[in-house]
Amino acid sequence: MITLPQIHNGQALPLQNVPELAVSDFRSLILERVHRGRRISSLFGMPDGDQIMILAVLAHDSQGMLELCRMRVHDRYPALTPDVPQAHWFEREIAEQWGIVPEGHPWLKPIRFHASYVPGRDAWGRDRAMPIEPCVTNYFRVEGEEIHEVAVGPVHAGIIEPGHFRFQCHGENVLHLEIELGYQHRGIERAIRTIADCGLRIADSQCASSSIRNPQSAIRNPRLVHYMETLAGDTTIGHATAYASILEALGDMTPAPRAQALRAIALELERLANHTGDLGALAGDVGFLPTASYCGRLRGDFLNITALLCGNRFGRNLIRPGGARFDPTAPAVDNLLIRLDKTFEDVQNAVDLLWETPSVMSRFEGTGTVSRQDAARLGLVGPAARSAGVDLDVRSDLPWGIYQSHELPSVTFQTGDVAARAYVRWFEIQKSIEFIRDMTAALPDGPVLQEVPGPAQDHVAVALVEGWRGEICHVAVTDEQGQLRHYKITDPSFHNWFGLALALRGQQISDFPLCNKSFNLSYCGHDL
Amino acid sequence: MLRILRARLQQGYRTIRFPEEPPVVPEKYLGRPQWDGGKCQGDCIACIQACPTGALSKSKGAVAIDLGRCLFCTDCTDACPAGAIQFTAEYRLATRTREALVVDNRPYALAKALDEKARKLFGRSLKLRQVSAGGCNACEADINVLNTVGFDLGRFGIQFVASPRHADGLLITGPVPKNMELALKKTYDATPSPKIVIVVGVCAISGGIFEGHPEVNNGAASIVPVDLFVPGCPPHPITILDGLLRLLGRIE
Repeated sequence: MITLPQIHNGQALPLQNVPELAVSDFRSLILERVHRGRRISSLFGMPDGDQIMILAVLAHDSQGMLELCRMRVHDRYPALTPDVPQAHWFEREIAEQWGIVPEGHPWLKPIRFHASYVPGRDAWGRDRAMPIEPCVTNYFRVEGEEIHEVAVGPVHAGIIEPGHFRFQCHGENVLHLEIELGYQHRGIERAIRTIADCGLRIADSQCASSSIRNPQSAIRNPRLVHYMETLAGDTTIGHATAYASILEALGDMTPAPRAQALRAIALELERLANHTGDLGALAGDVGFLPTASYCGRLRGDFLNITALLCGNRFGRNLIRPGGARFDPTAPAVDNLLIRLDKTFEDVQNAVDLLWETPSVMSRFEGTGTVSRQDAARLGLVGPAARSAGVDLDVRSDLPWGIYQSHELPSVTFQTGDVAARAYVRWFEIQKSIEFIRDMTAALPDGPVLQEVPGPAQDHVAVALVEGWRGEICHVAVTDEQGQLRHYKITDPSFHNWFGLALALRGQQISDFPLCNKSFNLSYCGHDL
Repeated sequence: MLRILRARLQQGYRTIRFPEEPPVVPEKYLGRPQWDGGKCQGDCIACIQACPTGALSKSKGAVAIDLGRCLFCTDCTDACPAGAIQFTAEYRLATRTREALVVDNRPYALAKALDEKARKLFGRSLKLRQVSAGGCNACEADINVLNTVGFDLGRFGIQFVASPRHADGLLITGPVPKNMELALKKTYDATPSPKIVIVVGVCAISGGIFEGHPEVNNGAASIVPVDLFVPGCPPHPITILDGLLRLLGRIE
């Protein structure tokens, strides 16, 4: 049996220590590991000479460790998806980005609708001269006399990001929902690659003409942290923390305890704001206006508490490699606690109304159910997984930073329906409040921002963060000079969009908004 | 029922008194930046080099800051050895033209109201269709906040509607990815004339951090004519509200 190197979350190891397996061995190893309870946290391609290296990051949650392995492929390999369903979206991404065909993939379609990163190589043999139109593709179709199709989006009815949804319906019943995204594609991963390639300070079109050389290595390019903060703007803290952890892992440094505590407080505040907003939105989607209206306001109050720390409601500029950009004074921390307690009191009051109102609960219960088996097989993460009884939470399974010494137990529910996804959020709100109270009561002294040493050469680093939607995974690979070779971002929504599609099966189409809100996934975090 | 009423009592009246009273912004809030020529050191360009989006420029010794590109990220204030750039608590940022977003030694030209005819049409009832075109959900979230009881946008007669056919104009966020270009054009065309366009956030103004990416259009202005620019990353909800009310002539 092949032994794989194991690392902790937020650790780097030399790339040469990651075994390069033959294609067939890689496949059988992933099958065997996933069968024994490992999860695919990331699976992606990167150029390696004229070949593509496929790197897999497997989470061994029960051991709190990550395992890595890799293979090299020319232009095709036998797909993992038929035997490992949770690889399905990753393999579609590999096909789209690198023109590699995972042979035997049951539904091989683009996920973002952009040209391949390798000129002249396209997994679908498309003509490079022809523009790639978003979501113009084949869709799964149900045929039948009484079957009809409902197409929604890209522009939706609310203040919400764009995406395309196709429902196959029999009367009001949804037989199948297919979700196609890509409208939000801003080319972030490609831009990071360009920065790495040209080694200049300014990306893209300006790259060739600019004479401003970056004094730092590409991975410390000043643009990068801003990409991280905006790749899913409602998860600014989550993604910026993952990026900072990557640099710290490569530089082999640990941020000061005070910085770690501040980051965790900010991450939990981000969770509080979004979970509270989601509960309000769920109430709104079943027409229960009191909770909808109160939680809308309270969500903003949590954002304002984040602004106490850094001046920005979304936590922009707060997380920086090496620690945190702002250091709150003692009165600011006291103020934070007072406002936290007051806000929580009102949240409790608003949310309790939900559970006490039969008309709300009858809409939540039994709606949009995802089974435990499906959630696990598809590799769902975050509240979507926990509400279906899949107990995984990076904060407790693969803890990083302050979570290593301050336990935050995970919350699970068994029913997998909208009600469960609401309950999980409510219990997580309570746990996050307790956690922030504990953190602020014993906020360590000392510096908040320290210098990060230059990145190690020929290393690979992995950082996982439990964002409010679930597991965020960043992976970076450096070259022989410690320059950035590749950077991979996996937003929790990447794992979870298909979960929403499954939740709609057998549901009334009118319950789509409610089901959608109960997942509340990121379009731009997926589209990058 | 009694519980609902009791909860209503606890939650209280929460709508801010803006614009009658000035808003409360966070203590560390980063509003309109200003440059102090007295402190700036000769030919130093540390701030210009530090800016991730090229928002700063220097000519004849004077620094200009383009709010249409500024992320309000403080990379420039960190880099400046003399403390010549500062972010103030000034939340009023919206302008009617792209050029007016540049902060230099001239007074900042805040948005003027629409002409009388347009105000007659939209001044007391403005229906907007929001189009997120590559927005990261931060601008979207803080636009949504305007609909909460805290800001209660409805009291000004402004409402977000579900169809462009019902709308008097568009409110656009995001750098407008190429993949979203056609959908934005179609939404604009589907909105009956006369119509207005408001862009919110630095991405929708210039592309923001994504400016120059071949995957995006560097903002909405290259696709549709724009009547109001609201800078920020994202703008504070009060900045957006202030801009809307100025456009309608509700704030002078």
